[in-house]
Amino acid sequence: MDVLLAFSRPALDWHALAPELTLLAFGTLITVVDIIWDDRSKQAMPTLAGMGLLATLVPILTLAVDGTDRAMFAGAYVVDDFSLVLKALFLISGYIVILMSVDYIREGDYYENEYYTLILTSLLGMVMMSSSRDLVSVFVALELLSIPAYMLAAWRKGGPRSNEAGLKYYLMGVFASAVMLYGMSLVYGLAGSTTFDGIAQSMAADATNPVAILGILFILIGFAFKVSAVPFHTWAPDTYEGAPTPVTAFLAVASKAAGMVALIQLVFVAFPGRDDVVQPFFWVISALTMTIGNLIALRQNNIVRLLAYSGVAQGGFMLVPFAVAAEAPARAFEAIVIYLAIYAFMNLGAFTVVLAVARKTRSGEIDSYGGLFQYAPGLAVAMTVFLAALAGIPPAGGWFAKFGLFRALLDAGGAWAAALGVVVAVNTVIAFAYYARILVQMWFQPIPDGDNRPIAVTGSLGAALAVTIAATMAFGVLPGLVGHFGEVSVLSALGG
Amino acid sequence: MEVTGFDTWVLSLAVFLPLVGALVIMLIPKAYETELKLVALGSSLLALVVGAYIAIQFDYGAAGDLQFVVDKGWIDVINSRYIVGLDGLSLPLLLLSLVVVPLCLIYSWNHIPEPGNPKAFFVLLLILSTGMNGSFVAQDMILFFVFFEVVLLPMYFLIGVWGGEDRRYASLKFFLYTLFGSALMIISFLALFFLSKDASGELLQTFDMRILTDVAGVGIIKSTQVWIFAGLFMGFGIKVPMFPFHTWLPDAHTQAPTVGSVILAAVLLKLGTYGFVRIAIPFLPEGAIAWAPWIGLLAVIGIIYGALGCLAQKDMKRLIAFSSVAHMGFVMLGIATLTDFGINAAIFGMIAHGLITGMLFFVAGSVKERYHTLEISRLGGLLKSAPRMGWILGFASMASLGLPGLAGFWGEFPAILSAYNPGAGMPEETFRTYMVIAAIGTVLAAGYLLWLYQRTAFGEPPEEFAGASIADVNRDEWIAWTPFLVGIVLFGIWPNLIFNVTDDVVGGITASVEAIAAGN
Repeated sequence: MDVLLAFSRPALDWHALAPELTLLAFGTLITVVDIIWDDRSKQAMPTLAGMGLLATLVPILTLAVDGTDRAMFAGAYVVDDFSLVLKALFLISGYIVILMSVDYIREGDYYENEYYTLILTSLLGMVMMSSSRDLVSVFVALELLSIPAYMLAAWRKGGPRSNEAGLKYYLMGVFASAVMLYGMSLVYGLAGSTTFDGIAQSMAADATNPVAILGILFILIGFAFKVSAVPFHTWAPDTYEGAPTPVTAFLAVASKAAGMVALIQLVFVAFPGRDDVVQPFFWVISALTMTIGNLIALRQNNIVRLLAYSGVAQGGFMLVPFAVAAEAPARAFEAIVIYLAIYAFMNLGAFTVVLAVARKTRSGEIDSYGGLFQYAPGLAVAMTVFLAALAGIPPAGGWFAKFGLFRALLDAGGAWAAALGVVVAVNTVIAFAYYARILVQMWFQPIPDGDNRPIAVTGSLGAALAVTIAATMAFGVLPGLVGHFGEVSVLSALGG
Repeated sequence: MEVTGFDTWVLSLAVFLPLVGALVIMLIPKAYETELKLVALGSSLLALVVGAYIAIQFDYGAAGDLQFVVDKGWIDVINSRYIVGLDGLSLPLLLLSLVVVPLCLIYSWNHIPEPGNPKAFFVLLLILSTGMNGSFVAQDMILFFVFFEVVLLPMYFLIGVWGGEDRRYASLKFFLYTLFGSALMIISFLALFFLSKDASGELLQTFDMRILTDVAGVGIIKSTQVWIFAGLFMGFGIKVPMFPFHTWLPDAHTQAPTVGSVILAAVLLKLGTYGFVRIAIPFLPEGAIAWAPWIGLLAVIGIIYGALGCLAQKDMKRLIAFSSVAHMGFVMLGIATLTDFGINAAIFGMIAHGLITGMLFFVAGSVKERYHTLEISRLGGLLKSAPRMGWILGFASMASLGLPGLAGFWGEFPAILSAYNPGAGMPEETFRTYMVIAAIGTVLAAGYLLWLYQRTAFGEPPEEFAGASIADVNRDEWIAWTPFLVGIVLFGIWPNLIFNVTDDVVGGITASVEAIAAGN
């Protein structure tokens, strides 16, 4: 019995944990302030939450300057350049989401304090995800980021669509978790270890075991739900449409990025020797996701649904490099990280414009964008930049993300990679067809109701727009900025 | 040649001055219309002055070498650099682009097409200008790609906002076709990046077009070259446009506002043919030799198909658009011969087509403005109602059908002639057949152009316009058109103005192709 009771506290590296702790502290602070001052504190909430995120960036910067890789809990939790780059990305995305939320949440008469607490909690899960190198810590991070997101999706309590959004998201999410857990149990049973390093060794040695294949596939499928890859995407459009728009942006960008981060670590760290299973899986999934996401997006009339399906397709683009993870690991890795970073800014920017326009038109229909250029030229130009970026047209940022995909595929070489490259090329064209529908409305069509009063953009939305547009253009004209982060993150995670 | 001082800036100035102008205009409120227009014109004229300086300082004795080269770091992570430079191939095209834009601004000064908004119109034209100028001087594939793509969105909006009835369809079609081509083009660029080796077999991993021209595809086996060339062929061929990818062109031209058509014809299409001469052929000579007979075939199909298409048109602008397909066919035929003679003719053909077809679109635009229709059967008697414009239309038609003494002749005639004796390793009989077909094409060209001219300019003005007073060429039009007319005559009488500049570069390209062909 003595053996079981003996507990020695694992060594804690407080500096390495400082970002998580800061985030936790601010989340708690918001709750405490809410309890003490109640409604009087409402005004301060967004500021407090935003400050929390900015404060969390400070230890991330000091860790980045310090530059040493720190592993804790027997390798289950690692702080390296890769995790720092993604933590920073999550926090900046979260900050933009908060800027987008301020007016929406205040004017909609929703719970405010809880909203920001949940955003911070979800972000905490994401920040943890980028450091998790162990099945258990990945799962804990995943649930920590997902459960607040289920609640946020249903935040418009009065609206049946929002309830539907939350419920659907929850049920599908839980189902995915169950599948994933089953896969994890199989993998653990074979490997005898939950750490990714341990799994990598045993999986490579146990090449023919069908149970291993099943385990790997189940885990990957679980995350395929999370990143809304076809055919596991069905929850995404309904959830995106029903959820409050800032939450939709949060789900489409931050939550999807978190799923991608988990996949990156699984593919490159846990299953590097199993490209026989991983690569065909991702070849098919990415081709399906791009193509089907795009084709369905062509038929949408609601802008949020359109962006939802576009997000599905963009997720497909991000999955492409996994299909060549073994042949060109460094390039594939870089391509995904770069895509994630650029996607975050261009997609958040597009959602910000949607929010700003909806404040006047109170509509999500694409037709309601008619003549936007005439009465809100600034917003129309901003939207044009974001859509051009999403479509991958230089000089807006997205081209470099697509370029990264092509680079990984061609570096890998071979007929399959080339074929996937052609699929990407065709999908780029299809995608433009529906982005163009919005452009057509904004630029070519008359104003549907003839109401040409300009749109007043609130300060916080303006700030969100300024950040996203500056980043989107900067990434397009000087892609070295984002390319650098991609490169840094590769070196540490692949040890190369 | 060491580039120093001001000369390190000139190319970048010529490229980016219009963009600076566009940014300044964006800051000026809409109400200050004259100021907006002055800034636009000023910035494009300033770029033209820089262009004139370049033309004067250019060392014509070394036209085969890149001059004014600037090589600075840009995207280090992918080893792509900001390299600009210009040689005898780039110079005439850059000047063409620099001249056309201010003239288009002057032409639109008082006729912004419906629905107005000169601010946006001029901003887009200036951004377009930066993209075009940049494409002609970029010497790094990624930089070239970015400039090549920058052109797309402004043109899309020019057609889509200020275009005719079917503008949405036409603009989207234009965009999707080109986008597809460029996606395949970037794949080919990357393949070149990963596969190119130097003479000793070292992987180069570079986007530097100077180096890739020097190595001329050694180390890439022929079958791979054929594939990469196919990707480039899609990218550039759609832009040219070559049959069967030409279908976007008549729609885009017909629906585009006048200056949109002019820029499309004068400069944008040249990006495609320029890409063949600058990138596809020198980088992949073996691929080029393998593809050349097919390119030649598509070129002559384009010549005949374009001509027959012209004969079937009822709309003047659409007819001119189809004639573009035919003329670009001659250019591509010249390129496909892979001979000095043919490629020089092709480059001349690009400039000549730019001036002549640009001029024709200007006239078509002015006719449309006066008659509110371009239906050929409703027009007539232009020589009576607006004699000067009638004469200009006649002059441009004559130039277009290749009348000796005008610029069109020197693009077409040598291109046909060069097919008699194609480059080393190419099937002679095939190209001689092409030559005959292309020659028939010139007869058809004379047919449709004279027919167009007869029906629109001769005879009495039709009854529906009998009472209307049709204004003749006005001041803005004279300013915008005179340089075109002068150019058509000047290059027609003195073709060596262009041939002398381009010949060195072309000689370098064909020499490397011949060396490869001899090695086989």
